[in-house]
Amino acid sequence: MCLAIPAKVTALEAGDMAVVAFEGVKKRISVALVDDIDVGDYVLVHVGYALHRVSEEDAMRTLALMGEAGILTEELQEMKEGAA
Amino acid sequence: MNALERPARLTGSVDMTHGGGGRAMADLIRDLFQRHLSNAFLDQGNDAALLPAETGRLVVSTDGHVISPLFFPGGDIGSLSVHGTLNDVAMAGAKPLYLTAGFILEEGFPLADLERIVISMATAAREAGVPIVTGDTKVVEKGKGDGVFITTTGVGTVPDGVEISAKRVKPGQAVLISGSIGDHGVAILSKRENLEFETEIRSDSAALHTLVAAMVEAVPGIAMLRDPTRGGLSATLNEIAHAAQIGMKLDEAAIPLKPDVHAACELLGLDPLNVANEGKLICICEAGDAEKLLAVMRAHPKGADAAIIGHVVEDDACLIQMETGFGGARVVDWLAGEQLPRIC
Amino acid sequence: MKYVDEFRARDLAEKLARQIAHEARPDQDYHFMEFCGGHTHAIFRYGVQDLMPDNVEFVHGPGCPVCVLPVRRLDDAVELAEKFGVILCTYGDMMRVPGTKQRSLIRAKADGADVRMIYSTQDALKIARENPDREVVFFAIGFETTTPPTAVAILQAEAEGLKNFSVFCNHVLTPAAIAHLLDSDDFAPDGPARIDGFLGPSHVSTVIGSKPYEGAAEKYDKPVVIAGFEPLDVMQSVLMLIRQVNEGRHEVENEYTRVVTREGNKKAQALVDKVLEVRDDFEWRGLGTVAFSALKIRDAYAFFDAEKRFDVSEKRSRETKSCECPAILRGVKKPTECKLFGTVCTPDNPMGSCMVSSEGACAAYWTYGRFRDGNKTGAKRPEAAE
Repeated sequence: MCLAIPAKVTALEAGDMAVVAFEGVKKRISVALVDDIDVGDYVLVHVGYALHRVSEEDAMRTLALMGEAGILTEELQEMKEGAA
Repeated sequence: MNALERPARLTGSVDMTHGGGGRAMADLIRDLFQRHLSNAFLDQGNDAALLPAETGRLVVSTDGHVISPLFFPGGDIGSLSVHGTLNDVAMAGAKPLYLTAGFILEEGFPLADLERIVISMATAAREAGVPIVTGDTKVVEKGKGDGVFITTTGVGTVPDGVEISAKRVKPGQAVLISGSIGDHGVAILSKRENLEFETEIRSDSAALHTLVAAMVEAVPGIAMLRDPTRGGLSATLNEIAHAAQIGMKLDEAAIPLKPDVHAACELLGLDPLNVANEGKLICICEAGDAEKLLAVMRAHPKGADAAIIGHVVEDDACLIQMETGFGGARVVDWLAGEQLPRIC
Repeated sequence: MKYVDEFRARDLAEKLARQIAHEARPDQDYHFMEFCGGHTHAIFRYGVQDLMPDNVEFVHGPGCPVCVLPVRRLDDAVELAEKFGVILCTYGDMMRVPGTKQRSLIRAKADGADVRMIYSTQDALKIARENPDREVVFFAIGFETTTPPTAVAILQAEAEGLKNFSVFCNHVLTPAAIAHLLDSDDFAPDGPARIDGFLGPSHVSTVIGSKPYEGAAEKYDKPVVIAGFEPLDVMQSVLMLIRQVNEGRHEVENEYTRVVTREGNKKAQALVDKVLEVRDDFEWRGLGTVAFSALKIRDAYAFFDAEKRFDVSEKRSRETKSCECPAILRGVKKPTECKLFGTVCTPDNPMGSCMVSSEGACAAYWTYGRFRDGNKTGAKRPEAAE
């Protein structure tokens, strides 16, 4: 695969470098692959490089989708029980 | 007297004369080792320390310490060499009484660094209340050592009625840990060349004998104690499982893990279960004693985050199985060698 | 950790498990290939298969860059370090992979070769700057995810005028491998293996986007769901695949929208394209020679190409006899069907690459899944069930 994890940009530095935080762990990485990074953005980090910005909106939407799954089952169950 | 009252004052570096048996060596012993480590036994000044006879059962343990970097967040090779051996003695349920220390110094090693290390050892030994009673120094040529290696040996006595042994580990018993895992390994990795990262995490290097004393007093029937150092929790539990011919079931969610250690492990692709600790212990006891022991551990400063993390089961394959925080199951295996950071 | 812990939540896993069990048709088997080793690792590390109904099976794919690198390329790297006396910079993953006669980089290092483990290509550049009198070679491996950092390093070395830095390029391409697998006899209608859909690459897709899989989904009638590497992502994606199968669809869907778009990272693609170009073919362990499946350094940057700078010898590289890595990488065999698995070959003493990389199927089975022997997901199925 490619081990990559999200981190929060805490400072931008010269030469396309930035400091990012994984919880309290800070690491200098390159942001040469992604344009217009701002402090506070979350980026996906792989081998010391930001690969992509993480979309908060999409993350929330995905989690909401996952959350709906179980509800649907329960509703179906209720419907069945209601019918019976 | 603490380390601050005796600042390092030596300058220059180790050379071959420091191990040559002549006056340079005598000066080094007097100005460095005796000065900082002084106690009644060491000050006898003989090659062998004369100690009072002890009654009961003695335990002895020896441990060589090599570490890079020599100074790391939360400690250095000096404090580590004291804590490591004290803990090995304590894991027999024993009260440590004396330590010895052997130094292998590399030619060219700065004397100021050596003094810092010796002061750190002195502080650790004093805090533990265990004197370093005799020692030895050798010097090797430049390139034949890594600055300094320290071998320490510890002697202690085991209270009557205490019988710590893998043979007493049986199915149904509870598995406890004294606190969060992986702190030491992550602190060391954060300083490793080409991996550097910043973290507040410090090595957990600490002497655990007073914690052990409180534990064996409360529950003399503890079956097993072990400090999960190199190879981490997984290696220690697998060793015990193979020695006792049993298996274990762990609950991942119950294993204490600091958020920063978790984050550093995610970053480097490491499993915190395989990462080293230097101030934690594993305890296995009868299930009925577990809650009592947990309370005793949590009341001690070195066991504040103690937790019951699993139990012993029958298993001819001696596997450590774990219910993951996700709700699935996996094996907790031990590693062949060092866990290397990975990118995939 | 934000964007990590939420996607490992147990309560959502239980909900998704119920939903999957509800939607998977009892009269049908579902065989989904997770292309990436990252998925294999997540499935075993979190015990995802415990949350799956019996009729959903994971088939492990070749998406582990360490595993698919042919022995010869590894032997070349060892030779660079030993014979040419370079400082060989490598990701930690490659250190223990056995080459011909079990020779690995870690063994070469023990015997005096200057092999340095790095985390980033930036570290390799730093080593080159600090050692102007030494040749520094970066052993570049990986899929599209790991490729842009290599391109950036080459461009940076050029800009800085770093004369002692070069790259031994082994980057490989994912869509070519997927197409190759689906074209093979293994997956022909009467072939020995079956795939009903793909869990598509996660981080590869952050770079190349989801678009490159559209052709394969269409041509081979296989649904693809781009899936994140967290265990909930895997489960959600399985649910999406089951729905596609049930509805007879074969589309590319994207579960991992938080970092994957249809177009991918255009800037990264452009940088890669500037420095690297597609090779006519490349050997993959397991898959054999695959056309247009790897990258090499463009002539304009030939100065930084270690293959041109050093005259590595032709060698007769040899896989370990009886090692089933090739069949395992194709998804045709399970690790436990290999004679060496767990006997001669363990992570302590790996005979093949699949036992070294933590995302190799053999290592995942051994390290995390050993207790499953005999059940559906572990290892060999009971004879009676065959």
